[in-house]
Amino acid sequence: MKTKASELNEQSTWQEVTTGAEIYEPATSLLVNTGEWRTMRPVFLKDKCKQCMLCVPFCPDSSIPVKDGKREDFDLMHCKGCGICAKVCPFDAIDFVEEVK
Amino acid sequence: MAIRDRLSGNEAVAIAMRQIEPDVMGAFPITPSTEIPEYFSSFIADGLADTEFIAVESEHSAMSTCMGASAAGARAVTATSSAGLAYMWELLYVVASARLPVTMAVVNRALTGPININNDHSDSMGARDSGWLQIYAETNQEVYDNFIQAIPIAEAARLPIMVCQDGFITSHGVSNIDLIEDEKVKGFVGEYRPENYLLKHENPLAVGPYGTSPYYMEFKRQQAQSMKDAMPIIMDVAERFERMTGRKYGFFEEYMMDDAEVALVCIGSSAGTGKEAVDRLRAEGKKVGLIKLRVFRPFPRIPLAEAMCKVKAVAIMDKAESFSNSGGPLFNEARSSLYDLKDKPYAINYIYGLGGRDIRVEDFYDIYQDLFVIIEHDDPGDVYRYIGVRDSRFR
Repeated sequence: MKTKASELNEQSTWQEVTTGAEIYEPATSLLVNTGEWRTMRPVFLKDKCKQCMLCVPFCPDSSIPVKDGKREDFDLMHCKGCGICAKVCPFDAIDFVEEVK
Repeated sequence: MAIRDRLSGNEAVAIAMRQIEPDVMGAFPITPSTEIPEYFSSFIADGLADTEFIAVESEHSAMSTCMGASAAGARAVTATSSAGLAYMWELLYVVASARLPVTMAVVNRALTGPININNDHSDSMGARDSGWLQIYAETNQEVYDNFIQAIPIAEAARLPIMVCQDGFITSHGVSNIDLIEDEKVKGFVGEYRPENYLLKHENPLAVGPYGTSPYYMEFKRQQAQSMKDAMPIIMDVAERFERMTGRKYGFFEEYMMDDAEVALVCIGSSAGTGKEAVDRLRAEGKKVGLIKLRVFRPFPRIPLAEAMCKVKAVAIMDKAESFSNSGGPLFNEARSSLYDLKDKPYAINYIYGLGGRDIRVEDFYDIYQDLFVIIEHDDPGDVYRYIGVRDSRFR
């Protein structure tokens, strides 16, 4: 087996990177923080949520994890802060606030 | 026993494809390569080859088809010329960088404009930096032999390969040819067994990811290495081919070079005309030689320089302009390869044969004459020259 993408980092040499930039294991995007350029952030208001699940398919990423038929809190490592979920929520169960450090 | 036949270069490629029996061919017709998918698809229709022929709406899609098929784990081939190759441009780079061993028959034709369907090398020479291997042929026999060798070269090197021949000159010119038996060809190319491919369900794979700045350059350096590593692979395949057929191939062919004082380097069918000039000049006692370059990518820098440095002056022939104001692509690379040598020959460039302009034995006579003048006067003069063009200054 060749080098796994999960074993590569910014110190990997050209001899170590995979042939033709192939990635030999699935779901490696889970490892990468692509939510870092978010300027707005959705906030999950659990008490208001009726678990209608409308927000889940509307999320253009896959930043609303679902477990046992119920949505959980946002995956902010991958959420880009587009705000679609807050817009479509019929129960005001998602706040949309400025991202502050 | 070899099978004697008389075939055009396009027929020879189609027969080689039938014998290789690739998994997929994605192709779109363009003169002068049209006959290759035409003949080959008729072989498939007649049940002579078990290949998925995908008729697409453009060359961009033809190369995309090959890319997808190859990434999925299939052996993929195509054929094209001129503007068709130009239309594949974006994908050429993607296929090469993804290290997919697609084999493409390129029937060399001029690029527009003015629009022209005849032979020169501007199409494949334009693609010289795309990361594809490139092999050129002088004769129909070489076209056939090169295509068969291309498959194991590409797959061992994990690089795509262009098997180039001169449009109409060999593609449509019919000549005697020795074909290899089908089983022998099948044995020679073997089964394509990539280590990883998209359809390998036990090992999910992603091909063609985004390469951010901290990674991109490492991948390009690795790609450069693959070209270097292809050199011994090409020679190994040539040796194996020679054991099967008795026909010998290398990076280039040296013709009458042992005691030559002046020489000429060229690519493709023009070498046949050049050799006739060499024979006639040799009969007159003139020590002239010729080097026919077969492999342009990877460029055989060191062995070619060693071959050229046997003479005092060398004419490097380009059947393509690069509008660089410093000569054609072969000239620039061949001449650059001489730079590290202590005793190097004069090296001059001739642009010739553009858009199907004929090059005659007499033209080669003139070139060899020019080379003798250069060594006599110890002065190369203008190194960037044309031959076979009408020029008011010389009326």
